[in-house]
Amino acid sequence: MIEQFPALIVVTPLIFAFLVTMAGLWNRKLCFPLVLIALSASVVFAGGMLAVVISGDKPIHYYLGGWAPPWGIEYVIDHLNALILVSVAVISLLVAVYAQKTLEQEIHESKLPQFYTLFLLQITGLFGITATGDMFNLYVLLEIASFSAYAIIAMGERGADFAAFRYVLFGTIGACAYLLGTGYLYIITGSLNMADLTPLLPHLFYSKALLVGFAFLIVGIGIKMGIFPLHIWLPDAYTLAPSAVSALLAPLFTKVGAYVIIRIMFTVFDPSFAIKLYPVTDVLGWLAAIGILFACVMALAQSDFKRMLCYVIVAEMGYILIGLASANRFGLTGAILHIVNDMFMMACLFTVAGAIFYQTGTRNIYQFRYLHRTMPIISALFIVGALSVVGIPPLCGFFSKWYLILGAIQAKQWGLVVVMLLSSLLMAILFFRVIEIVYFAPPTDQRHAHHKHGKTGIVMDNVPLSMVIPMVLIGIGIILLGIFSGVIIKHVIAFAIPSM
Amino acid sequence: MEIVHSATPLVALIASLLGAVLILLAGAKRPNLREFWTMAAAVTQFSLIYSMLPHIMQGKIVVFTIIELYQGISLQLTVDSFGMLFALLASFLWIIVSVYSIGYMRTLNEHAQTRYFFCFAMALFGAIGVAMAGNVLTLYMFYEILTIATFPLVIHKETTEALRAGRKYLAYLLTGAAFVLFSMGLTYYLTGSLDFIAGGFVAGSGSQDLLRLLFVAFIIGFGSKAAIMPLHEWLPSAMVAPTPVSALLHAVAVVKAGVFCCLRVILYIFGPELLMNLGLWILLACFVSITIIVANLIALTQDNLKKRLAFSTINNLSIIILGAALLSPDGIRGAMLHISFHGFMKITLFMCAGAIYVATRKENISEMGGIGRQMPFTMAAFAIGAAGLTGIPPVCGFISKWYLCLGTLEAGQIIFLFVIIASALLDAAYFFPVIYNAFFKKTAGKTPRIKEAPVLLVAPLIVTTAFSILFCMFPDAFLHFFSLATRSVQTIMGVL
Repeated sequence: MIEQFPALIVVTPLIFAFLVTMAGLWNRKLCFPLVLIALSASVVFAGGMLAVVISGDKPIHYYLGGWAPPWGIEYVIDHLNALILVSVAVISLLVAVYAQKTLEQEIHESKLPQFYTLFLLQITGLFGITATGDMFNLYVLLEIASFSAYAIIAMGERGADFAAFRYVLFGTIGACAYLLGTGYLYIITGSLNMADLTPLLPHLFYSKALLVGFAFLIVGIGIKMGIFPLHIWLPDAYTLAPSAVSALLAPLFTKVGAYVIIRIMFTVFDPSFAIKLYPVTDVLGWLAAIGILFACVMALAQSDFKRMLCYVIVAEMGYILIGLASANRFGLTGAILHIVNDMFMMACLFTVAGAIFYQTGTRNIYQFRYLHRTMPIISALFIVGALSVVGIPPLCGFFSKWYLILGAIQAKQWGLVVVMLLSSLLMAILFFRVIEIVYFAPPTDQRHAHHKHGKTGIVMDNVPLSMVIPMVLIGIGIILLGIFSGVIIKHVIAFAIPSM
Repeated sequence: MEIVHSATPLVALIASLLGAVLILLAGAKRPNLREFWTMAAAVTQFSLIYSMLPHIMQGKIVVFTIIELYQGISLQLTVDSFGMLFALLASFLWIIVSVYSIGYMRTLNEHAQTRYFFCFAMALFGAIGVAMAGNVLTLYMFYEILTIATFPLVIHKETTEALRAGRKYLAYLLTGAAFVLFSMGLTYYLTGSLDFIAGGFVAGSGSQDLLRLLFVAFIIGFGSKAAIMPLHEWLPSAMVAPTPVSALLHAVAVVKAGVFCCLRVILYIFGPELLMNLGLWILLACFVSITIIVANLIALTQDNLKKRLAFSTINNLSIIILGAALLSPDGIRGAMLHISFHGFMKITLFMCAGAIYVATRKENISEMGGIGRQMPFTMAAFAIGAAGLTGIPPVCGFISKWYLCLGTLEAGQIIFLFVIIASALLDAAYFFPVIYNAFFKKTAGKTPRIKEAPVLLVAPLIVTTAFSILFCMFPDAFLHFFSLATRSVQTIMGVL
């Protein structure tokens, strides 16, 4: 049974996506339970595969349609993508539960079946990108994920259609670049299977065609994952999308992109290609450094909470690239750990943004004044997410940052070390600015200063439990990922890192 | 050295964390239950820590590994004699200040009391964690928790001034933390370990210049919390916090955590021998000497009583670091003793300032003429505490300063002896006018009647005063500070 899981994890949400459409024609109430069934099953599949990979210590191979590779499409689950699959599955399930109530407010009821269909297709794409061992299949699934993302973002508020259109333009350029890159690889090697490419490529390392192909691949994925300076589509698209969509896409899509980069740079290509032969990692490192500082400053300038978080994502992607730029065990450990941690942190913060919008109808930070009085639980969750991004132990954000810093020190990339430390201070300013408003609301003028010293009771959040519970679980996840980071590294990440 | 594996350190830590959660659950609707949890957590924590004292006195250390991280790092609690000293001090004074806090907050009918007590318990969680941390990573974790937990206490009043102070506080301390993070990473890169070892462990792991850089980064990092000039700016501003916060956190837990960390760096990461070779101790000693003198000179000019006390705190923190920087056994012993003794005396003075504020709403020294006749107990306690800080027997400040002076002689650095003596004179110069003002200044009109602050405020400060005198007569009484300091010195110097 377990050997079917790599296919099942992709096929289940795909089939359910169609079921949801059908069911929606008959009775809209059926859509949500179907989504839950599909995603719960995915969590089981992903968890099962991770358990098998850890215990068996060797990857699971699955040949689609029984066609043997390199001709057929192969799905390979090793330590690295099993970990990513589990995180994607868990976050998407939690976000789906969370989504239900926000959709009542933000999406017209008649559009719900379409929404859930796109939601599942989106997740299908993400699972597929992560599970596949085939370069072209990855492209197909990337486009499934992207197209459903374009459509689902366009369902957002006023202006979302325009943002989505911009995303379509950028995303299509990215997809073309990736496809061209794959084409180059196919022309010079005649293969599309990743495992098959690995031994073929080193003979061609000095080929200009290979270099161009590699560049196309990196730029293509770079656009999809929002690496600075290819991130321009990101803030608009994720800000204007419905809350549930940004809570799903913002944590997952960009991180899955980061996974693909790691896969291509360190598994498909020999690590020495991007590290020694061409200074790819160095360039990415410096781009990341500039990008982090740029994103932090841009984030500081925002008054829209969600838009601020979007720039935080750009900065967080920079951290992952810094891990790659260090190009040693510590750096890669930090990068992979950060992919997982950042999924949880961003899910936490974006769901918080959605919940605040749900209750108060605003995303403007300056209207969050004294929010903790009316939304104590959500505010506390915000603190957890924010402190984790700032890097306060024992929250998970600290530990990935710690390994990233160790990596940068070991690589003697002092500039990157400084950028990491500086950016955590900028993040602190960024988030404490909001914390100050939410908890301590600076009085606008002195006359009102003593006014609020009166005893005002705290009112519990007016957000439904079906939103609060997944959010609390994500918050607990942030703490547990931090405390048990050693376990994750020891049993999973340590095996996921290629030897260098 | 014999190692005892026991979960007691963890349970003691959890006591304040659990207390914090229970305080939050009790909430503003059940204030008595809430305050009960504060007291219960404080007493439980202290008794658990005290229960480990016999092990330490027998020369063992208590170790508990919370969880393994990666390649030689773990979250680990280790209680050695030096950590024990700080943990005892902080947890014992927490009990006393909790009583005082309850009186203070209720008399003034302050807002957001639940948040206040919650953050107080969290701050103690951080401080005790710092005391018990067995390696730099664990130390850093609790150090950050302490920083964050204190932030809401600093801006408790939520006025523009308080918010500004809070921002300044975070700016200094988080920047400091970034330096610590960097030095921690560098230490791990150089040695592959982060565990504290009495006498240091980084020797020989890198070039001399790299180690110098490491030391400077560490001291800038932790020095921000220890308020070494020019990193001291946040401390006087933070005096905008309610007085019990200033008393426990800005005289004992937070700033002493900074000093404690500095001493950990000097004695347990670098070690006296290496620092002597690197020649960095003289640089540090000069910096803190300047701080000692300048802080005292500034204190002379302050009219606000709490601000004056704040500068006195800056001065004393640097005296402690000076003692350790001299790298002589008696200097280190004096430094460690001063951590605890200064805590008792300074907390008395702060609690006096708070009691005066509650009883009369006066904050400035110039307004306090004749207040000694109105509040005789409070001002007597103030006089004793001030005398102790000046180094006059029979108050415990004399003992620690005596060893600090011996330490300068032992190190053969007579110039620093003059620094300590000059600072004692300056102490006298800014404390005695307060006392003179309070007792002897003629007040217009008839003599005011005795009107002390409520008993919940006066009793704690009398208790700490009594302890200040007790520790001079019997430095090893009850909490065994003297033995703990001596034992620490012996392990660091390798005698034991």
